[in-house]
Amino acid sequence: MGFLRATLAIALKDLRIERRSREVLNVAFSFALVVLLLFSFTFDPSGEETRAMSGGLLWLVFSFAGTLALNRSFARETANQCLDALVSAPVSGAAVFLGKALANALLLLALELACLPVFGIFYNVRWSVSFGWLLLVMALGTWGFTVVGTVFSALTVNVALREIMLPLLVFPITVPALMASVQLTTVLFTGEPIAAEMVWLRLLFGFDLIFTLLGLALVEYVLVG
Amino acid sequence: MKTLTAVTAVMMVAALYLAFVWVPTERSMGIVQRIFYFHMPSFVVAAVAIYVGLAASIGYLASRDLRFDELAASSIEVGLVFDTVNLATGPLWAKPVWGIWWTWDPRLTSAFVLWLMFIGYLLLRRGMEEPGTRAAASAVLTVFQAVGAVIVYMSNRLWRTQHPQPVIGGGAGSGLDREMWVALLGCLAALLALYICLLQLRRRLERLRRETDGLRRTLYSMS
Repeated sequence: MGFLRATLAIALKDLRIERRSREVLNVAFSFALVVLLLFSFTFDPSGEETRAMSGGLLWLVFSFAGTLALNRSFARETANQCLDALVSAPVSGAAVFLGKALANALLLLALELACLPVFGIFYNVRWSVSFGWLLLVMALGTWGFTVVGTVFSALTVNVALREIMLPLLVFPITVPALMASVQLTTVLFTGEPIAAEMVWLRLLFGFDLIFTLLGLALVEYVLVG
Repeated sequence: MKTLTAVTAVMMVAALYLAFVWVPTERSMGIVQRIFYFHMPSFVVAAVAIYVGLAASIGYLASRDLRFDELAASSIEVGLVFDTVNLATGPLWAKPVWGIWWTWDPRLTSAFVLWLMFIGYLLLRRGMEEPGTRAAASAVLTVFQAVGAVIVYMSNRLWRTQHPQPVIGGGAGSGLDREMWVALLGCLAALLALYICLLQLRRRLERLRRETDGLRRTLYSMS
């Protein structure tokens, strides 16, 4: 089986499982709502400064809810030794990793798109002004977060206290991707020109590229041990 | 090992003398500036420890030799100690000089992120039992974190551009007095010796731990 076909097969498998079980989306979306509620206590949600913070708030929601999804990505495979079967299947570990990362990224993007209108209503943010750019930033930011998260999800699959270990490892290293996404999202929400912030877009792109390549090169060691 | 320990002890006493008695007090910051002679070298040593850890991790991935894993784990754990010294002495210095304990300047933020990475690495190791998988997982994590740390620093510089210029090599008006250089390099040498000393002890401990673990497994499989 070719690399791309194997990747696609793994991604579709994960998405199919999610479509049938809804184990991630339901929980993660409800969790995102809870976080949105909690934010309303930490500052005045009707104030003008809310818009200046909106990018940061949104990406905190995304990354908190995102770790829930990433946790399940490889943990799901521990039942019935599915992980062993995946590893011993005649496909490369890189294909397994890329397929899972794709599925995770699509899942997170769907979650984020569902969060956006709710966020706009609760915090009075106009998110649809430059939706095309926003979509690009969300896609790049989410990919950076998921690509690191998927490797670390495999890394922590057999670790005690896995659910806590994953965010502990993922957040510090994804700081640049989060910073870039927050900066760009805030600019888009406030309606300032994005041209002045191109350096962040480049940083985000570079981050994605570097860690995708690193993940593809090293994931075999993680999966086989 | 005994000679190394003795030499390190002498060097540490000499470093204390250099930093607290010998070197003149800095004019504008006063006595508190003397923290610098331990603050900055401990970061340099922590950085050395990371690079040693990174090289050992790559060595493990290439060779699957657990001795590389011992070196990586030991170096990173000892590095955490020095990084903690760096992070703890920073606020002590900053409070009288800047008037605040902490500021989210790129250097400080990156140092803190780095410290969190160290902690994550050690916690991951604690959560894993099997030596082979643990070694592979922590080696991969080290490579990711080492690359990540560089990007974190770069992006933090973009984020907050009003950061203070580096004291050494920061352009005109920066730089150190000759006596201060002597004290700084003296402390750096002493701390590097201390690092090597601790690293050797820690490696021995790691090896003994692995041996007892192996024995326990054998015993367990026989009973």
